[in-house]
Amino acid sequence: MPKYLIGLCAAVGFTATVTLGTAFGQQDAAQKPEQSPTPPNQTQTAQTPATQSPTAQAPTTQAPSGGNAAQEAKVADPEELVDDQGVPLYAVRDGKVDQGTYNGYRRYASSCHVCHGPDGLGSSFAPALADSLKRMDYWQFTDVVTNGRKNMGATGDKVMPTFGSDPNVMLNLADIYRYLKARSDDKIGRGRPERFKAPS
Amino acid sequence: MNPFVRCLLVTAAIQAATAAIPTGAFANDDILKNQKDPSNWALQLGNYAGQRYSTLDQITRDNVKNLRPVWQFSTGVLRGHEGGPIVVGDTMYISTPFPNNVYALDLNDNGRIKWKYEPRQDSSVIPVMCCDTVTRGVAVAGNKLFLGQADNTLVALDTETGKVLWSAKNGDASKGETLTAAPLVVKDKVYVGISGGEFGVRGHLTAYDINSGKMVWRAYSTGPDKDVMIDPQKTMMLGKPIGEPDLGIKTWPADQWKIGGGTTWGWYTYDPELNLIYYGTGNPGTWNPAQRAVDKDRAKSDNKWSMTIFARDADTGQAKWVFQKTPFDEWDYDGVNENILADVTIGGGKRKALINFDRNGFAYTIDRTNGELLVAQKYDPSVNWASEIDMKTGRPKVNDKYSTFAQGEDHNTTGVCPAALGSKDQQPASYSPDSGLIYVPTNHICMDYEPFKVEYSAGQPYVGATLSMYPAPDSHGGMGNFIAWDPSAGKIVWSKPERFAVWSGALSTKGGVGFYGTLEGYLKAFDLKDGKDLYNFKTSSGIIGNVNTYMHKGKQYIAVLSGVGGWAGIGLAAGLTGEQEGLGAVGAHKALGEYTQLGGTLTVFALPDTQ
Repeated sequence: MPKYLIGLCAAVGFTATVTLGTAFGQQDAAQKPEQSPTPPNQTQTAQTPATQSPTAQAPTTQAPSGGNAAQEAKVADPEELVDDQGVPLYAVRDGKVDQGTYNGYRRYASSCHVCHGPDGLGSSFAPALADSLKRMDYWQFTDVVTNGRKNMGATGDKVMPTFGSDPNVMLNLADIYRYLKARSDDKIGRGRPERFKAPS
Repeated sequence: MNPFVRCLLVTAAIQAATAAIPTGAFANDDILKNQKDPSNWALQLGNYAGQRYSTLDQITRDNVKNLRPVWQFSTGVLRGHEGGPIVVGDTMYISTPFPNNVYALDLNDNGRIKWKYEPRQDSSVIPVMCCDTVTRGVAVAGNKLFLGQADNTLVALDTETGKVLWSAKNGDASKGETLTAAPLVVKDKVYVGISGGEFGVRGHLTAYDINSGKMVWRAYSTGPDKDVMIDPQKTMMLGKPIGEPDLGIKTWPADQWKIGGGTTWGWYTYDPELNLIYYGTGNPGTWNPAQRAVDKDRAKSDNKWSMTIFARDADTGQAKWVFQKTPFDEWDYDGVNENILADVTIGGGKRKALINFDRNGFAYTIDRTNGELLVAQKYDPSVNWASEIDMKTGRPKVNDKYSTFAQGEDHNTTGVCPAALGSKDQQPASYSPDSGLIYVPTNHICMDYEPFKVEYSAGQPYVGATLSMYPAPDSHGGMGNFIAWDPSAGKIVWSKPERFAVWSGALSTKGGVGFYGTLEGYLKAFDLKDGKDLYNFKTSSGIIGNVNTYMHKGKQYIAVLSGVGGWAGIGLAAGLTGEQEGLGAVGAHKALGEYTQLGGTLTVFALPDTQ
């Protein structure tokens, strides 16, 4: 796993936390107990945020006055959630999800679905990621997506490609994780999740 | 002809003349001879016309109930097994998904392995095979067997020993290019296509010399006329010359045609009298139509020559005629399905026709001499993305409600029928000259589709859409039908519902009985008259292979590969989205995994000896 990528994810995540922290404080807290299996002795690294400016991510574009257009609107600034270890979090409210999780659904469909099947449920040859994420933490997930895996399965004919050079995946990795984690935790069902509107 | 090609041909002719096997100088003579003898199953589609029909008639609608499996063979490979066995003389040839092992089985010795070919391929090709590591089988001509390997290597093997005679590199897996199609051999050339429509691959069909393995010509699916081997003054479209040059560039924004898809992974058929080969090109890339629109205008954005049936001169590769089925695709209606050649009666007269069951849900009957459109009708009543095909222009009348372009990027267009799997995918249909009907395995699935912007990155998925699929609403609740189709009238004659999409190639025979496999793993025999089930046997895994028949020592056999996978294994393994629950039978939503598991097996059936 290239360190700079972890750093990048963490940095982006942190930036979003700074800007959105208050708005999502409640969901953030509510999710934490089941979302943070990170061992307590793990030290917090690569997350010194002092140099990261939050201005680039200012989430001011989607006012709730957008009304019913919001559901079909162009993807807005990501409402990113992370825990204090830099692990992306999702939010589910009344069955609806945050923008990041929704974006993760779309990116999953575009880049992962062809092997891992609809809704993270697996195919005849690739594992159900909704199950995999019950065992795999965010850092392992990031490693496998970035670097791939080879010669798995009974006859060695299962291969996970390396997505490290694919912007459609790498720039949306945290969101893909959010979506799959929410599926894995059984917090959202099959199919296309609905977004809740951006909070004021 | 350029001097280089001529030199190759001369070399080829010398090699052919000095070949040890005392058959005709040209392999098509071998194939023509092989396909004439119904003891053989000489080509993947049964004959050059792609009819998948046999004149064998020992197994009949009356005695088929006594059919039983007589021997089996495990391929040792777990993933999806498409295609089927080739039988020539006393030998059966089968090939497996990656790593693409080939077995020559001795029919005189209950399938003893005469030889095995086991290529060494870099496994990094596996994940760029969008829809499983399938292959659709081998071709045999004279003393050569041709195999397209996943890693884009086309090999010629000695049919007696399995030794490699030559190999050629047809593509580059690091760009997402792979090889899954069964090659076709005509005269001294072997044709092979390319896969990778979901990876921004630029499709082409390539002819290699069967003796030297040297490339003779390559015809691209997109780009300038020179590359596509079109002459706009001569190549016909709807009965007239195309006229305008370079539509393969003009109907795309900027350089999008270079990553424009139009892959050629389906089936190729051939008419020896007209000396034309026929095949279809696949979907344009990406799945997000907005990225393929010129000036945001559908009318300017045909994305030629994706989704097109090509008729090409078998020798020169020049396009004789073209017919684009789904201009500016917005649904992934990948146009590669087989083109069945049959002479049918239209308006009181016999026509040399070509029949194509496109993924888009329309069945086209076309004059195969010039590309004139004769019939175009829906072969599944649920098809709704277009109301009809304009018989003058050949264009579908697109329903804006189901147009993922009209509805727009980032909008979830719902209730589109058929789904991206198509009303039918690559699994080939069967034409019986006895009944004049075509027996068609179909899908009965609809979808929601949301396109959005994606970036191209070589060798990475280039999709840009979400897809959720479910059984066609207000129907029997199953996800498939098996139908009989009248290609003259453009009408369904009978239709039998299936729980899952029917993903197996069909067979019809002179015995009045037909065969196909199901995703649960059943081999089914049906009455050609009315589709009634006459026999079934549950094989070891789901069937996505094609059912074949042959005769050995005076006895008729039926042979099929089991081994679930392919796109069916992706879309259906977990069951479809339950959004439409309440509309259909509960069973429709059950996951395929509850019925079958992986594993490649050949099963051979016959009647008991004491008939």
